[in-house]
Amino acid sequence: MSTFTFDGGPVPFRPGQTVGAALVAAGRPAWRTTRVSGSPRGIFCGIGICFDCLVTVDGEPNQRACLVRAEPGQTVTTQEGTGHEHD
Amino acid sequence: MSTTDVLLIGAGPAGLACAATILAHSDLSVVVLDAGHGPGGQYWRQPAPAAGPNALVPGELADLHHDQTTFAELLQEVQRGRAEGRLELRSEQHVWSLVPVGDGYAAHTVDRAGGPSRTAGSTTRARAVLVATGAYDRALPFPGWDLPGVMTVGGLQALLKAGGVAAGRRVAIGGTGPFLLPVAAGLARRGSTVVGVYEANRPTLWLREARAVARNPAKLGEGAGYAGTLIRHRVPVRTGRMIVAAHGTDRVEAVTVARLDRAGRPVVGSEHRLAVDAVGVGWGFTPQLDLAVTLGVDRRPDVAGTEVVAVDDLQRTSRPGVYAAGEVCGVGGAALAVAEGTLAGAAIVADLGRGAAPESLVRQGRRSVDRLRGFADAILRAHPVPAGWADRLEPQTVVCRCEEVSYAAVRAAIDERGAGDARQVKQLTRTGMGWCQGRVCGYAAGLLTCGAPGPAVERLVSAPVPLGALADAAAGSDD
Repeated sequence: MSTFTFDGGPVPFRPGQTVGAALVAAGRPAWRTTRVSGSPRGIFCGIGICFDCLVTVDGEPNQRACLVRAEPGQTVTTQEGTGHEHD
Repeated sequence: MSTTDVLLIGAGPAGLACAATILAHSDLSVVVLDAGHGPGGQYWRQPAPAAGPNALVPGELADLHHDQTTFAELLQEVQRGRAEGRLELRSEQHVWSLVPVGDGYAAHTVDRAGGPSRTAGSTTRARAVLVATGAYDRALPFPGWDLPGVMTVGGLQALLKAGGVAAGRRVAIGGTGPFLLPVAAGLARRGSTVVGVYEANRPTLWLREARAVARNPAKLGEGAGYAGTLIRHRVPVRTGRMIVAAHGTDRVEAVTVARLDRAGRPVVGSEHRLAVDAVGVGWGFTPQLDLAVTLGVDRRPDVAGTEVVAVDDLQRTSRPGVYAAGEVCGVGGAALAVAEGTLAGAAIVADLGRGAAPESLVRQGRRSVDRLRGFADAILRAHPVPAGWADRLEPQTVVCRCEEVSYAAVRAAIDERGAGDARQVKQLTRTGMGWCQGRVCGYAAGLLTCGAPGPAVERLVSAPVPLGALADAAAGSDD
């Protein structure tokens, strides 16, 4: 079974799926908190338009989970606010 | 930098049909740039190509698709063009700027095929360019629409078609338009319980569209197919109903559905609440006009007042060398996009003086466009946004999801500070100023201020550009 890690834990995926699809399939509808109210967000438009599903992938913040292909061994982390707070 | 005769932006039904026509009737070279993981666009969206014992294969998702035969035929033509070295199809390419250069055009592109840490920039120059950038779901705010698990119907469909994932076990679908039905049917086929499809409009509106229906029996058959699936899975389809709220704390747990009166306003006391773990909403589609608007091609309003690219009877825009086909010329579905793409291909080979498509192909294409455009207009007339869509918004309802601007703030900008259009609301409240640049909330901001969609917004950079890719583009323009 192919997996990537999400906030340290394994998430299984089927090759061909996006990071976002794998997270939804794993029962996680949210993986980001917003800048102002800290509200949880996940996929909304699913096609790269809305930027609600932003996530950090292998250290790169602001990646659209609905577009990024899941790869074995990828490190995916929750994004808080702009994704740059801790720089 | 690369140079080609013809650049096609978008590998959906319109772009693929245009490519196939050019390949068959000329010796022109073609580059196709597409943002997806492979050809097909949203309509024939496929999983990213992958290998391995557990990999998704397109075949297992075939039952979610319609008219796969046309897709297979178009792909075969494209593959032949590739094998002959005449066509290059580049996936995961996000065109962020399209500008006139010399006697042609240059497309600046972010290449995302290498993954998040290996983006690069590239530039493609061509004498003729087709804008076939499609459309995206139109959403309207309602209380709780920012809860995780609430998505556009297109988002639910993308998860199904490209990921094989049903986003919820109990799903409510709402909004308006025929697209609600295939999404509900697909979820039901993949094991979700669809608790209801809530179509805001009543079927009586279709009684005025008898001519468009009679000329398009295939559309009726397609609808009947989805209806059959929904009946088999006992999915209730309720017309004159609207999802007026989603409830939950960290994710959606329930929705409230209300009946709409004849004027399209939610009826007090008609509400009922349903437990769900996912919601799909859609109010039609907005054409993706960013590249067309910055190029300055003429636009026209469609029958519902949305700006679309104006084209002649062979898909030529007001700018020589720029063609448009598919949803950018007015949302109308894949069959219409294929017909328009074919006509654009015929125009391009003729205008560049490098071949000629058979007169019969052009005649047939024009007839199809005329007939299918008539049906698309009928859909727009029969599926308007109900007058009372905003009646149940609460002061704290988020209107702009990116900048987290509340309905109260937008209302104050309109009522107290006199904002008269979406642009003024943006200047006063930051509505539409975030990551999505108003693609999600712009339609609602237009309706709230002027009761109409408002003009298409100019976005000079139509996709996020990493600094490295920008440097690549600057280097490319020196060539």
